[in-house]
Formats: sequence, C-alpha cells, structure tokens
Amino acid sequence: MTAYIVRRLWQMLPTLLGVVLLVFVLFNWVGGDPAYILAGKMSNPQQIANIRAQLGIDQPYYVQLWIFLKQIASFNFGASWSTGETVSHVLATRLGPSLTVLVPLTVMETVIAIGLALAVAYVRGSLTDRMVMIACTVGMSISILVYIIVFQYWLAYKMGLFPVQGWGDHFFDNLFRYSALPILIGLVVSIAPDLRLFRTFFLDEINQDYVRTARSKGLSEPRILWVHVLRNAAIPIVTYVMSNLPSLLIGEFLIERFFSIPGIGREVILAVERSDFPVIKAITVYVAAATMIFNLLADLLYQAIDPRVQLK
Amino acid sequence: MNDAVRHSPGLWALAWRRLRADRVAMVALAIVALYLVSLLLSATGVIARHWDAEVGVSYAPPSFLGAETAAQRDAPRIKVPPAPPAENPRDPLGPLLKRLRAERAAGQGGIDYYGIQDPLAGDITKLRAKLRAEPDAGVAKKRATLPFGADKWGHDIVQKTIKGSETSIVVGLTAAFLATLLGTLFGAISGYYGGWVDDCFNWFYSVFTSVPYLLLILAVAAVLHQKGVLTIVLILGLTGWTGVYRLIRAEYLKHKQREYVLAADAIGASHASRMFRHIFPNVSHVALVQLSILTVAFIKSEVILSFLGFGVPVGVASWGSMLNEAQNELILGKWWQLVAATTAMAVLVTAFSVFTDALRDALDPKLK
Repeated sequence: MTAYIVRRLWQMLPTLLGVVLLVFVLFNWVGGDPAYILAGKMSNPQQIANIRAQLGIDQPYYVQLWIFLKQIASFNFGASWSTGETVSHVLATRLGPSLTVLVPLTVMETVIAIGLALAVAYVRGSLTDRMVMIACTVGMSISILVYIIVFQYWLAYKMGLFPVQGWGDHFFDNLFRYSALPILIGLVVSIAPDLRLFRTFFLDEINQDYVRTARSKGLSEPRILWVHVLRNAAIPIVTYVMSNLPSLLIGEFLIERFFSIPGIGREVILAVERSDFPVIKAITVYVAAATMIFNLLADLLYQAIDPRVQLK
Repeated sequence: MNDAVRHSPGLWALAWRRLRADRVAMVALAIVALYLVSLLLSATGVIARHWDAEVGVSYAPPSFLGAETAAQRDAPRIKVPPAPPAENPRDPLGPLLKRLRAERAAGQGGIDYYGIQDPLAGDITKLRAKLRAEPDAGVAKKRATLPFGADKWGHDIVQKTIKGSETSIVVGLTAAFLATLLGTLFGAISGYYGGWVDDCFNWFYSVFTSVPYLLLILAVAAVLHQKGVLTIVLILGLTGWTGVYRLIRAEYLKHKQREYVLAADAIGASHASRMFRHIFPNVSHVALVQLSILTVAFIKSEVILSFLGFGVPVGVASWGSMLNEAQNELILGKWWQLVAATTAMAVLVTAFSVFTDALRDALDPKLK
C-alpha cells in the first residue's frame, strides 16, 4: 500500500513539471512583458527597467524558470501585483468561503442525484423515465447564467427569501444565510447532468445476474437497489465525484461572482481581469496538484469499496 | 464482383437509415438545420443586416404587451429622497452654505467663467432657435413597440438575437472543428506510432487534463488580452482537444493491428496514407460524434466567457453579451432580452444534444 502510494506520487512529478512548464510558457513567454502592465499608463523606461529587475524578467528564460520552480517548492509566490497581498495569504483566506459552499453542495448533490437516479433506473423505459430524461436535457441546455440571474432576481430580490448577496464573519451565518441560495442554484444546475450519468451507471448494473439472484432469494427491492446495485455502481460514481472536486473550486466562480462570495473562483476572475499573473499562476499549479492527489485518493477509495480491486 | 456485394449499404447509409427511423432525432435535426439556415442568411446579410439600427425607443416593450403609457414611463422608479433640512445648526460648513445661498438668491454666483468667452455660444443659440422652429427635424421616428421589444439602445431584439445566434454558433462550430482536428491528429499519430511518441502525447494529455478546463481557458484569456472572435475560437479550440484525443487514440491502437491495415502495409502504402486514407474513414464516426458534443459544450463556454467580458468584443452581439445586458435590465423589469437569448440558446442546445445522442446511437448501435 505505502509502496503503491509512493510510486503514484513519484509518477505525478513529470505531469506536475509539465503543468509548471505550461504555466511558465503561457505567462512568461506568450503573455508579453508584465512590466508594462505594472507600470501603468504613465511610465518611463527607467521605471520599466526597475520593475523588470524586481520581477527577475530581465534574466534569461532558464533563470526565470528556476525562480518559478523555487517559488513553487517554497510555497512562496510573492505578492499580488494589484493588491500587494502575499499570494499565500490570498489563497488561505479565499479557500474557506469556497469550501463553505462547496462541501455541502457536493454532499447534497451526490446523495440527491444517487437517490433520483436509482428511482429512475428502477422504472427504466417507462414514461416517467423518459419525461425525467427530457426534463434533464432541457434543463441542461439553459445556461447556468440564466439560473443564477433568475433565481437571484426572484427568490432573493423580489420575494426576499434569501439575502441578495454578501458574506459575513461567522461560519454559521455564512453557511445558513449567505450560502443557502448559492447552494440551491448549484443543486439545480448540477443534478440534471449527474442524474443522467448515474442512471447509465445503474442501468449497467441492474441487468446483471447478481441482481436476479438477489431477487430470486426474496430480497426487497430497496435492499437490492441501495445495497447491491449501489455498491457495484459506486466505483464510477466515486471517480466522477472525486475528480470533479478540484475543478468545482474553479467551476463555482460564476456563483461566487454573482453572490460576492470571497472564494477561490471569484479570485481567479478578479486576477484575470486585473492581469494579476502571480495569483493565477499559483492557483493553476495548486489546483492541478490537487486534481492529481484527488485522483489518487479515488483509486485508494476503490479498494475500500471493492475488495477485488488490486492496487499495483 | 456481384451485385449483392456492390450494393451492400455502408456504415453511413446504415446510420442514416437508423437516424431516419428516429422521429425525435429528425425533428431535432430540422431545428438545427433551421438555425444553420438563419446563420447563413444573417452571415450573408440577407436578414438582420441592420440589427444595430436604433429603430425603437429605448426598452420599447414587445408589441403584444402594448406601448408603455405615459404615466408608467414618467412614474418615478426610485423614490426621491426627502430634501435635506434647510439648515443644520451643527454643520461646520453652515456659514459658507449660507453665503452661497445668499449669492445665488441675489442672482450672482453659479458658474464662474473667469472672463473666458464660450466659443460655441453663437452656434448654440442658432441651433436652439432652429430646434424651436421645427422640433422634429433630424430625429428619426422611433417606434414605441417592436415585435419582441428593444434593448437599451432601441435595437430590435429579434434581429439582435438572430445576429447573436450567428456569433455564438460560428464560435462553437469553428472551435469544435479546431479541437476535433487537433485531437484527431494527435490521437492518430500517438495511437498509430505508439512507443515514445505515444508516451510524449500521453504526457501532454495528462498535463492538459490535470488543469481544470475552465481555469485553463481563463488563464489563456488572461494572457492573450485582446478580445475578438478569433481569440475565443483559439482559446476554446486549443484547450478542448483532450477528450477527442483519448477516444481517437484508442481507436487507432485497435485498428492498426487489423488485417486491412497490414494489407495496406503489404502493398506499400506510406504511414500517412495508412493513417488517414485507410484507418481514418473507419474511425471518423467517433470524430463526428465528438465534434457535435464539443459544439454544444463550446456554445455554452462562449456564452459564459462573453458574459464575463473575456469573449466577443463590445459591439458584437452574442448570446453571452445579451445575457450580460439582460442581467441589469431585469432589475428594471425589462425581461424580453433575457427571454429571447435564453430561449434561442435552450432550443438550439436541446435540439443539438438530442441529435448528438441519436447520432451516436445510429453510428454505434452496440453502445446502446
């Protein structure tokens, strides 16, 4: 087990190096000279030269790459170009609000989608099944923007059920007052695609021999579905949920932007708008690393779910 | 060669026959075709050429609602705050205000021109006199209602939606084409040659997939800086090839061992010829399905990018930029642009997704 984990971590290095190279090429080579962005509209050659020396971009590319690698290894990406805050502080303070929305959303989304998908898979081929699938397709074709705009307008602004936007200082206040509508919208948007996907996972299992055996020995339908089918269909579900988690951190950015939640996603948008390269670079590298770690965690979870899985 | 062999239907003929039998898929295909015809007509300037003409009054409501009455229009939407108390005894600026008020009451004060003569004063007086004589001169007659309303500048929403659909669909299709092309090319080379070439492309693939797709798009948008339809096509196309690559590579791995490829090798076909003349027609259905899946995904991405202002430039209508305007209009109660853009997009995306599903089933009946 330990040997497996160590080997998997070792195999991540080339990929992570690739991500670093990709980010480096994008921002240090394609991105042009950041000194002009930093110096602003009123600048003279002296200032530009100063800034270039300060950032180290007057050095040859291999030295710049070395600086970038050292920054990653020491978790020190310097200061944000627009606010002067250190990047590590930016990330540390923005992670909490993101997770406050993300964790309840993911848990509720997965549980609800599994329940609905089992129900729909149970009545597969019926009119209900087809109507639900059509509703999912139509629901998925409407842009997430429209859901956010309409829900925020009707539920928060017109009917006053939720605060229109905002964020507080207390965890419970944030969770129950400010996160409620964002989580609701997240659920509405994500359940349709999840339901469609999970339904196909369950349909693959529901015609298997073991289901017939379980039925013939007199097990109740709920027990067959929730215990036997669910456990067998769990592997693709776990893969899907786990590999989605890090990208959800970014994927939430629209919700965070509309509801002024000071999270990672909103920070990315702000950084892109302000050409704040250190923040984008740091977030990209960390999120890529998180994606790889979560894929490894998913593989480790497989063994807990299915003892037949051998980790090699 | 006997007749039976010559007339045995090929993959495409069979798929088309299966697709024709699926009535829902045919309706979806008709809707998609309708959008494409409208795209061609608006791209060639037959319809919606003057979408940016200011034909209506600002926020003209849809005809079926009727024109806004004068009372509705003039009713103050924001309550005027009560006037501040005339004099606050604690105001540190009190004496100053008192002096200014006294000056104003006496008819002096106001704007001090410091002795500079307004150079345009003569022209302005002339213009004012002319305007008083014929108040409607130079102002085009603007309509109070339009078939589906108008936006802030009085553009006809129907024409604007048609133009916006053109932009969004063109971006989606071109970017999907670029991504499919890249993915197919990389997948073919990687799967066909195998070995270290395959390792290199796999490494490339795992790098691109470990960065979340949206983050990659935003990072590229941050770097490229200039806005434009070409930029957004490049962003989406250069980042979206990974899914196509994985599937095409798997197909090439499977096909390069097949007898017809070995036979092609035996008659001396070159690598390129084997890859693209012999194998590609047999895997092209995978690429086609991916192309339509990507088109839907990219239309959605374009809407989000344009909404955030990283997409199409100002002055170009697209569903994303329409939604961006609609967000503020909704607060004023002007819902028509939101409904128009949402409906146009939802109908196309639903039809396209239904058609894609049917296409996949028709091309690969095993998968069902």
